[in-house]
Amino acid sequence: MAKFIVKRIGYMLVTLFIVVTATFFLMHSIPGDPLAHMARNLPEQTRENYYEKYGLDKSTSEQYLIFMKNLVTKGDLGESLRYPGREVTDTLLTNASVSAQPGGLALLAGIAIGILLGIVAALNKNRWPDYIVMFIAILGITVPVFVLASVLQYFLSVKLMVLPTTGWGSWQNVVLPVIVLSFGTIATYARYVKSNMLDVMGQDYILTAEAKGVSKLNVVKKHVLKNAFLPCMTLLVGQVSGIFTGSFVVEKIFGIPGLGFYYINSINDRDYTMIIGTTVFAAALFVFVQLVVDIAYSIMDPRIRVK
Amino acid sequence: MMVNHDVTDRMENIPDEKFTIIGIDKDAEAPTRPRVGYWRDAWRRLKENKVAFAALIILLILVFFILFGPAISGYEFEQIDADAINKGPSAEHWFGTDDLGRDLFARVWQAGRVSIIIGILGAVIASVVGSIYGGIAAYFGGAVDDIMMRIVEVLLSIPYLIIVILISVITDSKSLGTMLVALTLTGWCGIARLVRGQMLQLKSQEYVLAANALGVAPIKIILKHMIPNTIGMIIVAITFDIPGYIFSEAFLSYVGLGIQPPSTSWGALASAAQQNFMFYPYQLMFPALMIALTMLSFTLLGDGLRDALDPKLRK
Repeated sequence: MAKFIVKRIGYMLVTLFIVVTATFFLMHSIPGDPLAHMARNLPEQTRENYYEKYGLDKSTSEQYLIFMKNLVTKGDLGESLRYPGREVTDTLLTNASVSAQPGGLALLAGIAIGILLGIVAALNKNRWPDYIVMFIAILGITVPVFVLASVLQYFLSVKLMVLPTTGWGSWQNVVLPVIVLSFGTIATYARYVKSNMLDVMGQDYILTAEAKGVSKLNVVKKHVLKNAFLPCMTLLVGQVSGIFTGSFVVEKIFGIPGLGFYYINSINDRDYTMIIGTTVFAAALFVFVQLVVDIAYSIMDPRIRVK
Repeated sequence: MMVNHDVTDRMENIPDEKFTIIGIDKDAEAPTRPRVGYWRDAWRRLKENKVAFAALIILLILVFFILFGPAISGYEFEQIDADAINKGPSAEHWFGTDDLGRDLFARVWQAGRVSIIIGILGAVIASVVGSIYGGIAAYFGGAVDDIMMRIVEVLLSIPYLIIVILISVITDSKSLGTMLVALTLTGWCGIARLVRGQMLQLKSQEYVLAANALGVAPIKIILKHMIPNTIGMIIVAITFDIPGYIFSEAFLSYVGLGIQPPSTSWGALASAAQQNFMFYPYQLMFPALMIALTMLSFTLLGDGLRDALDPKLRK
C-alpha cells in the first residue's frame, strides 16, 4: 500500500513538473513583448526598470530557473503583468475560495442527486421513473451549460424574479450557478449508477442472495449498492474537472469573481503571468484530486492494487 | 510392400471418368439464405434499434440542411440588412434575424458546417492517431508499452480544456486548423488506451495463437484479425467523441477563443445571442437546439452502434 502511494505521488510530481515546464516555455515562446501595451509610452529608464522588475531582461532559461525556484521554495508564481502589485498566488487563492463554494456545492448536490436518480431508475427499469430519469440524464448530457444558464436566468430571474441574475455575496447568488454546474454531474452519475446497478443485479451472487431469501431491501443495500458504487469513484476525477471547466462559463455568465472568471479575463488581457499561474494551479488541483481518488479507490477495492 | 506398390500403380492408371459422385447432393449443402457478413449483420441490428435509427435519420436531416440550408434560405449568411434588425421568426426569415439583420436560418446552417466539420475531423484525427499509438504500444509491449502509456497518463492528467485554451492563446490564430490541433492535441489519449487494451486482449486470444502457430505472417494477423476486431470499437469511439468536439468548439467560441467573424459556428452564434437573450430569446434557441439535437443524435447513435458492432454484446 505504502509503495503504491509513493509511486502515485511520484507520478504526480513528474506530471506537475512537465505541466509547469511546458506551460512556461510555451507561454514564453509567444512572439512579441508581453509588456508592450504598458511600456510603450514610458520613458526609457522607467521602461528598463519595468523589464527588470519582471525579470524580462534576462534570458528565458534564466527566467525559468528563477520562476521554478520561487515556485518550489515559496509557492510564489510572480506578479500580474496587467495589474502591478497583484501577486498571482494571492489572487489565485482568493479566487479559488470563491469558486469553491458553488463548485463544491454543485459537486456534492450533483453526486447525491445523480446517485439517487440512478438507483431509482435501476430499481424501476422500463417503468415511468426510469424514463423520467433517463430523460433528465439525456438533457444534462446534451444541453450546453451556457444555454442552460441563460434559460434559467430568463425564467427564474427575469420572468419570475425569484432569484438575482448575476452578482456575488448572498446565498441567492449561489443557487442558479449550483443548479447549472450540477446538472452535468447529475446526468453522468444517474446514467452510470443505473448501468452499474443493472450489471451487478445480473450477477450470480445476487441470485444466490435472493434464493437464500434475503429481503429485497437488504439485497440492494448490502450487495448491489456496495458493488455498484465502487466504479463510480473513477468518475469523480472527470466530474471535478468538469465542474472546474464548466465554471469558466458559468462564472462569466453569473458574474462570480472566481478562478474561471479571472482566467478568461487574463486570457483576454494577455496577462501572461496570470495565465501561467492559473494553468499551473488548475493542473495541480486536478492532479491532486486524481491522486486522492486513486488512493481512496485502492483502499476500497483491493483488486486494483494487485494489478 | 510389393503388393502395395502394385495397388497404387494400378490406381493411378484409372481414368477420371470412372469416378462418379454418388449419394452427395450438392444443392442440399447450399445455404438457402444469403451470407451475412460482419457489416451486413451490424447494419441489420442497427436498423432494428428504433432509437438509434431515428437518431441516424435526424442526423441525415441535419446534414441535408447544413449542406443546402444556406441556399434554401435565399440569403447570404453575411448579408447585413439594416431594415430587418432583430426580427423574430417570420415567413421571410424562418429563424428570424440577428442584431445586424442577418438571416439566422442561413447563419445557423452555415455555422453548422464549421461545427460538424470540427466534430467529425476532430474525432477522426484523434482516433487515427490514438489507434496507431495504442496499436504500436500493444504490439511491441514491454518497455516500449510502459513508456508510451506513461506518456499518455501524464497527458491525460492535464485538464483538457486548459491545454486547448493554452494552445489557442499561444498560437493566437483562430483558424479551423489551429482549433483542430488544439482540440486533438491530447484528445487521442483516451482512444490510444482503448485500442491498446483491446489489442492486448486480442493478442492472447486462441485464434491469434492458432494463426501464429500455423505460421501466418504478423502483418497478416494484424490485417486479418487485430484490425477487424478493433474497428467496430473505434467507430463507436468516434461517434461518442464527435459531440465532445462540437461541445468543446462551442465552449471555445463562446469564451471568445474559437471561430472569429465573419465565419461562425454554433458556439459563436450562441455566444453572440446570449448577450441579447433577455430581449430576443429565439436567437439563442436555434443554435442551442441544433447543438443539443446533434449531441443527442450522436450519443444515441453511438449507443446503437455499440450494440450493433460489438459481437460480444450479442444476446
